[in-house]
Amino acid sequence: MDVTLKLDVNGVERTVTTDPERKLLDVLREDLNLTGTKYGCGEGRCGACVVLIDGRRTYSCRVPVSAAARKSITTIEGLAQAGKLHPVQQAFLDEGAMQCGYCTPGMILSAVALLREKPNPTDEEIIAGMNGNMCRCNGYVKITNAVRRAAKAGR
Amino acid sequence: MDDKFSIPLSRTDDSSLSRRGFLQVLGSGVLITVTERLAVAQRSAAPADTRVVARLYLNEDGTITALSGKVEEGQGPRTELSQAAAEELRVPVDRVRLIMADTDLVPDDGITAGSRTTPQNVPPMRQAAATARELLTEHAARQWQADPTKLEVINGVVTNKATGQSITYADLAKSKEVVAAFAGNVRPGVAVTAVSDWKVLGQSVPKLGGQGLVTGQHQFPSDIRRPNMLYGKVLRAPSYEATLESIDLSAAQAMKDVVVVRDGAFVGLAAPTSHRAGQALEAVAKTARWKAAPRRVSHGNLHAYLKDHVDSGRARPNATGSIEKGFADATKTLAATYTLAYIQHAPMEPRAAVAEWSADGKVTVWAGCDGPYRARGYVAEACGVPAERVRVIIPDMGGGFGGKHSAEAAVEAARMAKAAGRPVWMRWTRNEEFTWAYCRPAAVIECKAGLNANHSLVAWDFTNINAGGAGIGTPYEVPNTRIVSVGSDSPVPQGSYRVLGATGNNFARECFMDEVAAAAGVDPLTFRLSHLQNARLRAVLQEAVERFGWANRVKKVTPELGVGLACGTEKNSVVATCVEIGIDRKAGEIRVREICQVFECGPILNPAGLLSQVQGCIMMGLGGALFEEIQFEDGKILNGTFSAYRVPRFRDVPKIDVHLINKTDIPSAGGGETPIIGLAPAIGNAVFAATGTRLRAMPLRLGKGGATD
Repeated sequence: MDVTLKLDVNGVERTVTTDPERKLLDVLREDLNLTGTKYGCGEGRCGACVVLIDGRRTYSCRVPVSAAARKSITTIEGLAQAGKLHPVQQAFLDEGAMQCGYCTPGMILSAVALLREKPNPTDEEIIAGMNGNMCRCNGYVKITNAVRRAAKAGR
Repeated sequence: MDDKFSIPLSRTDDSSLSRRGFLQVLGSGVLITVTERLAVAQRSAAPADTRVVARLYLNEDGTITALSGKVEEGQGPRTELSQAAAEELRVPVDRVRLIMADTDLVPDDGITAGSRTTPQNVPPMRQAAATARELLTEHAARQWQADPTKLEVINGVVTNKATGQSITYADLAKSKEVVAAFAGNVRPGVAVTAVSDWKVLGQSVPKLGGQGLVTGQHQFPSDIRRPNMLYGKVLRAPSYEATLESIDLSAAQAMKDVVVVRDGAFVGLAAPTSHRAGQALEAVAKTARWKAAPRRVSHGNLHAYLKDHVDSGRARPNATGSIEKGFADATKTLAATYTLAYIQHAPMEPRAAVAEWSADGKVTVWAGCDGPYRARGYVAEACGVPAERVRVIIPDMGGGFGGKHSAEAAVEAARMAKAAGRPVWMRWTRNEEFTWAYCRPAAVIECKAGLNANHSLVAWDFTNINAGGAGIGTPYEVPNTRIVSVGSDSPVPQGSYRVLGATGNNFARECFMDEVAAAAGVDPLTFRLSHLQNARLRAVLQEAVERFGWANRVKKVTPELGVGLACGTEKNSVVATCVEIGIDRKAGEIRVREICQVFECGPILNPAGLLSQVQGCIMMGLGGALFEEIQFEDGKILNGTFSAYRVPRFRDVPKIDVHLINKTDIPSAGGGETPIIGLAPAIGNAVFAATGTRLRAMPLRLGKGGATD
């Protein structure tokens, strides 16, 4: 049975009429045309689908869309402000921390969440904070450098 | 399996590639075509390897559109091909726009695989661009009645320093004479810029398209959206080779807005959302009756099975000297058997495609796969239309690693879209990708060596069962060798994987070299060097041991800490790897603590890009070395999820020291594969150094010694 929900996505209120059991990931990608959030595994193991809900890292492939209603959702499309890249996005570019780039949106949002919680993370904290995100091109070294760089830029 | 990729060879005169076709898409200006005459002439001898194709287009705003049939799946061909064009045309790289992998626009450059883009596609791009520069310069010279060799091109402006005259590429592009001149072919002997003069090549040009990746704006194949599009799902068999006996589709047919497609065993369901399509699939799947295939081997006794099912008819031994004489002369012989598990590529983006049919019966497919023309052929065949009615476009995609040579999702989307009369999107789930994408072949590798009284190798007998012949030759000097790659009966779908059989062959050879060295009573480094004449390989090995501090660290080995090394050559590049590992006896785990790798693939086109490739290969190699193994039973994959199939994560990253040697007196080779081959053997050798236990099975696991332990 479809329901009508209001979603706050990147600061814009969006209304969707949908089966409430559908995953937030699918609603973002299929109903709202926000395809920056990626599918990778459907079980919250790879981090490609990471979005921020009320600032916290969330695997959108695991969240029924109804559970995200009326919360503040940030996707990769909403990170840059007024055409200016978020410092974490800039750090990824500066470090060349991407190969195919499919994991990049999830990586960046996980890093944003991590740095919000721990603005000056140790390397161990970066590894722990990012370990839920997978990269198969295996850019972990440069991604770690990008997170360090973003932390430094934020200081 | 056969290590050679079979490349579709058709194409040259397709109407879709006509000049008119280009002009319609690109507007007016100058088109340069590198002819394929050489490729055509040599096709019968060596098919894919001789292709020399490139195209460039000079726009009236002075920018350049370059065209390549290659696919960008993360390894950097977009950037390096753009650099190649920019270098020879003397423009900054941001003046080049590269169109890749669109069968209506670009030539057939084969599939993107085998480290071939750098050696086979960069040179013709450079030749085309250098010819373009010459033609433009000559045109300006004629106008000015000047000597073309005295003119300079800087930043897309042809200048006569003596007179102060200058003209831009933008102005030249508008000249009809230039257009006419550019109808000619690339000059075969055209001089390209010497490595020492490179200004764009050889630089760490940041990955092109990076902005779209960090903002989420880039559309990967699975991100393509078309008006009125449906989301597709396809019914899968419960096990390999099971056949569909019956199915009741009525439940799905009764669902609002669901399109049901049945064509023999193919059952596709398309709906306005993927969720709805999934519900429709679930409704019909539970009514399906399947006939299982006869029971087949499981992963537990895979290697005995492969050995028992050797297809010796396909064996092509490569021999030097006399292996019989070699073993007769030997004072000591050793034999060991190494094994490899099946593993999956598991690219972050599973197979995906969107297909859209036009009213006139032409289909456009946006797909994530390695070869646009090959995919075009698959789609045409499956849909029963001529290839000319199929356009395949491959947006820069989310990883491949040799795993996307097939184009299943493209075919599935095209079939459903045809039946639905609407565009259909198809993306495999992770479990589908683990189950139905082909695996890297498992292997049994049998090694036998003979030593003489001087501790020299006199016989080398090496047989790879099932994983192919890439990297199977030994780089060491041995007078009598017999080297064989032989097929078997693979119980799971198998195919290419980054560097093909070279991972297994280097694992076995480099570990076995350590075994032989130990039997000879010689340390592994000295033993290798005493048999090694390949100067490039010696150079990386010596550089690696020096940077790693091998001489000192080998003395500090304990039962809990080991060091190991390996080296090898493949795809015309050379690599040496040193590792330090810790043995965690409590956890029963091998912990790789440090990796020092030296790699050389000729002149480096993009140092930052190459570093990414080497780092990536190292980490990917770690997965195959330590964790990855596809488990299967009764034709079912048992661990087809990321929670069950372990791949490297951030916490697995050791200290990594990569050193790239820029060797400028040879042609550039690709760098995205070979750096993977040293990991497993170096780790295996380090485990032996620490524990005295020889692990002969990949993945390397303590307590699992492999076939002959």
